[in-house]
Amino acid sequence: MKKRSFIEAFAAVPHLVWMLLFIAAPLIFVIYFAFTDTYGNFTFDNITMLQSYAQIFLLSVCFALIATVICLVIAYPLAYCILLMPRKTQKLLVVIVMLPMWISLLIRTYSLMALMDNGGLINSLLEIIGLPKMKLIGTSGAVILGMVYDFLPYMVLPIYSGMSKLDFRCIEAARDLGCNGIQTVFRVVLPLTTPGIISGITMVFVPSISTFYISQKLGGGSFDLIGDTIERQFQNVGTYNIGAAISLVMMILILISVAIMNKFTDDDEGVL
Amino acid sequence: MKKLSRIYMWVIFALLYSPIIVLIVFSFNRAGSLNHFSTFSLYWYAELFRDSSALSALKNSLILAVSSSALATVIGTFAALGLDRMRSKYIKGIINSVTNIPMMNPDIVTGVSMMLLFVAAMSVTRVQFGFVTMLLAHTTFNLPYVILSVLPKFKQMDKHLTEAALDLGCTPLQMFFKIELPFISSGIASGFMIGFTLSLDDFVISHFVSSPDFQTLPLYVYNQTAHQVKFSMYALCALMVFVILGLLLAVNFLGSRGKEKKVRMRDIV
Repeated sequence: MKKRSFIEAFAAVPHLVWMLLFIAAPLIFVIYFAFTDTYGNFTFDNITMLQSYAQIFLLSVCFALIATVICLVIAYPLAYCILLMPRKTQKLLVVIVMLPMWISLLIRTYSLMALMDNGGLINSLLEIIGLPKMKLIGTSGAVILGMVYDFLPYMVLPIYSGMSKLDFRCIEAARDLGCNGIQTVFRVVLPLTTPGIISGITMVFVPSISTFYISQKLGGGSFDLIGDTIERQFQNVGTYNIGAAISLVMMILILISVAIMNKFTDDDEGVL
Repeated sequence: MKKLSRIYMWVIFALLYSPIIVLIVFSFNRAGSLNHFSTFSLYWYAELFRDSSALSALKNSLILAVSSSALATVIGTFAALGLDRMRSKYIKGIINSVTNIPMMNPDIVTGVSMMLLFVAAMSVTRVQFGFVTMLLAHTTFNLPYVILSVLPKFKQMDKHLTEAALDLGCTPLQMFFKIELPFISSGIASGFMIGFTLSLDDFVISHFVSSPDFQTLPLYVYNQTAHQVKFSMYALCALMVFVILGLLLAVNFLGSRGKEKKVRMRDIV
């Protein structure tokens, strides 16, 4: 084997240093802050204090789960519909699904607010037809709708890319061997597209459970999710430690669930 | 069945796009209300450009996006080169998984963790929240995307080409600049563009590592929309959507040009 040149041997070094300084070190600081008090003394208090946040955790998990399920229910047939189209159209349709992903979540959330606000489009339309105004902002429905709207593309794309690898001969074989339509879906199509579904679930669930601006803007301040709680702890110096503890627990829970989910898939191609 | 699926698809697409379209359409509404559309006008855009803090936010966003994606592109390209040549699969795996942490972690955790790092650094050095902290944070979350778009280019490359260049008397450095760099350039360009777009777009991470003195556009939008709907913000959001769409078209264009280049290379060989 040829000797490696200087540039080849050291090319990754700046990146390694960067990784240590700005990826590894910050996480170590999260752990450090989570296990110390404001004076830097070691303590478990932050972690034990998390009990009082149990309800917030539960509410966030519920919201994120509902949003994920709705996304899945909408996205799975959508991905299948895209797959039914001719190849060339499929490419265009995928771009149409992908475009909103590139528009800032903040803007997308704000555009929903323009629709659902008290003086927003929906209420203006209701007024014109002579119906009473509806309170939309500040309901749990609005928050969940925001999550579904913001993260739906993250569910469609992995499912679609999983489905597009599906061998249609399997479906034909299933039909030939006596499966009816529903049996084919549950015994052949679903199991074969599980990897896509699972990465879709993670891609929707993780941002949903950690969001804070969706609940702030669309929840009108009446919902406290984990994200909101974390964000508030970091607004003044005294509560950094408890904020770090909540972040740490959330991160660990998410990483564990992602790892478990990934066990079900051997698909390592990411969707960008 | 086919008809039904087509209807379903377009309904979902309509729902997906209608809020943004409403936002864009009403940004041109002189009346500044969602009740009725009076006349088409650029009034709110003019209003936006009279707002000096919006303009400085725009300037900050652009400076930050260019510098962070440029920095990430340089570091990331060399990292991809190093990763491509690395012999130990084990080390490669570790580096890859650590690099991807910012992609896997919720943004809020990345933001908070960087904030804590900077807070700790502030007690020892003179670092202040502002441009520097933003630059460091944005470069960090851009890096994995640059590596992701450059590394496959190295993998696609015909190793015989580099060997031939070395055999024919190129020094490794010459070989890198004459053979490899042109080959991976489309990957570098799309890595840069993705980084630029992400940086321009980022709100959550910036939210934790910024200072009131250095606001970017998303932060400005966030602060301005805290209480009521402002039509100059509609204009700003519409502008940002247009810019992102333009950038995406540019990336696609570069991507397809890259493919052509690959084909031509193959023809030559």
